Amino acid sequence: MIPAPRTLAGMNARLNQPAITVTGLSKAFGDHVVLDGIDLTVPEGTTFALLGPNGAGKTTMVNILSTLIRADAGEIRIAGHDPARNPDGVRAAIGVTGQFSAVDKLLTGEENLLLMADLHHLGRRDGRRRAAELLARFDLEDAARKPAGTYSGGMTRRLDLAMGLVGNPRIVFLDEPTSGLDPRSRRTMWEIIRGLLADGVTIFLTTQYLEEADHLADRIAVLDRGRFVAEGTPDELKRRVPGGHVRLQFADARGLTSAAETLGTGTPDRETLTLQVPTDGSLRSLKRLLDRLDDESIEVVNLSVHTPDLDDVFFAVTGRPTTTEVPVQ
Amino acid sequence: MTTLNYAISDSATMFRRQLKRAVRYPGLTLFLLVIPIAFLLLFVYVFGGTLGDGLGAAAGGGGRAAYANYVMPGILLMTLAMGANLTAVSVAMDMTEGIVARFRTMAIARVSVLTGHVLGSVSQALIASAVMVGIGVLVGFRPTATVVEWFAAAGLVALVAFAFTWLSVAIGLVAKTVESASNLPQPLVFLPFLGSGFVPTDSLPSWLRWFAEHQPFTPWMETLRGLLLGTPIGSDGIVSVGWAAGIALAGYLWAKRRYNRDPVR
Repeated sequence: MIPAPRTLAGMNARLNQPAITVTGLSKAFGDHVVLDGIDLTVPEGTTFALLGPNGAGKTTMVNILSTLIRADAGEIRIAGHDPARNPDGVRAAIGVTGQFSAVDKLLTGEENLLLMADLHHLGRRDGRRRAAELLARFDLEDAARKPAGTYSGGMTRRLDLAMGLVGNPRIVFLDEPTSGLDPRSRRTMWEIIRGLLADGVTIFLTTQYLEEADHLADRIAVLDRGRFVAEGTPDELKRRVPGGHVRLQFADARGLTSAAETLGTGTPDRETLTLQVPTDGSLRSLKRLLDRLDDESIEVVNLSVHTPDLDDVFFAVTGRPTTTEVPVQ
Repeated sequence: MTTLNYAISDSATMFRRQLKRAVRYPGLTLFLLVIPIAFLLLFVYVFGGTLGDGLGAAAGGGGRAAYANYVMPGILLMTLAMGANLTAVSVAMDMTEGIVARFRTMAIARVSVLTGHVLGSVSQALIASAVMVGIGVLVGFRPTATVVEWFAAAGLVALVAFAFTWLSVAIGLVAKTVESASNLPQPLVFLPFLGSGFVPTDSLPSWLRWFAEHQPFTPWMETLRGLLLGTPIGSDGIVSVGWAAGIALAGYLWAKRRYNRDPVR
């Protein structure tokens, strides 16, 4: 446990204190070990992404850190508080958005937010102002007076997140915030999450989408069978896997052969008539490659660029693709 | 604010939430009335003539009119039992829908989630009971209660509703699905039959009579009958309050223990 500075001499002391520290966290349900000695530190104002397939223990971890369930072993500090001894201290500092939308479907969006404001004892006027602010920020003004049960998936998720923010939490837990959303709603959600970061909020995010972690997080940990199998910045993780390549497809074998000769590099595949050429993925190198083929009048039927993503990372560190589902207990 | 103040203000917030839900979906409250109304009409108009004659001269002349008076306390208890059913369902629904998980991660008075349900359900039960009395009057129920007796009757109804509600909150928390939450309190709806709700207990075979005279519904119904129609109450009043208080306390402790457990099912 890193000693947390107790002084409140301005913001500097607070900035030095990590928002979340976890040492030796373990949890089992019966014989099933879900978390097995997890250590982690999340500095204030950063985003930490916990990445893993279904059943890896992500939700259990969020549930423990957000005081919903107790850990079997380990030291935890959230905003300086121990969830086991002072759960209300932790609760006052956090906002949680779960995997399953925690909104009251019979109440309107606005009523849901006012309910949260009342529970934070904001007072009538401040509560109304905060609700209006969040409705505007999350683009829910038009639907404010409609029952939340009539909302689309993306709207429900935005309302859910807005409800978690009513109390101005310093730390926000997002448990699979975009699972089941269409690509557009997912983009919107990402924008919102990045907006939170700009406000200096610390974010603890879980996701199955490797692209999402790559997009949002300062640090990523890959959780597999209760342990971290990899941890680092997105770039560090990507460095652990083979680089990117361009796949070129040709109309006939002659095109493939002459392209391979012209470029003097790459792995040809005679069956699919494709040539796989290593690249750094930059536009410049891509243009040079195509120019050379064009000079020789070689026709390319199809082209695809493959940059390494975190799916590759998961495969590299666990030896299994992410689609392998561990049975959920 | 002190802890107690927070508990009260958070409970009030949760109560407002329940009221809003009830107002937005009056269908739930109306649904609660369907079965008691059906039984009231069935027993007054179909069986009432014959059953009323069987009550004897003490019941005021016999016939359908006498039976309408006799059956009303049982119908009221049945209404409260239906309310318990609804409470269990709404608690179980809350538990499955994730909103309670949110409440648990907030720095609020923990019990307020449950007290909100209890206050909401007791109000709903009182409104439903008032509506049932009104319908009863339409089909021939003629109470003779004074103002004080009306208040006492309302108090007893509220107390029993309170007891049923805590019990059904616990059931709603224990139930693994919304369906089982709706089935578990079902026997309560039939207990008025196995007491003095529809026929006097001395007309029952001796083994059933023993049960009928010792189960809580009988003193509740006898006390209501006494307050509304002037029949003798005797020790039933004290016994009624004792049963209700005991069930409320047991339900409260059960619900509280269940709620404070880790929410992993």
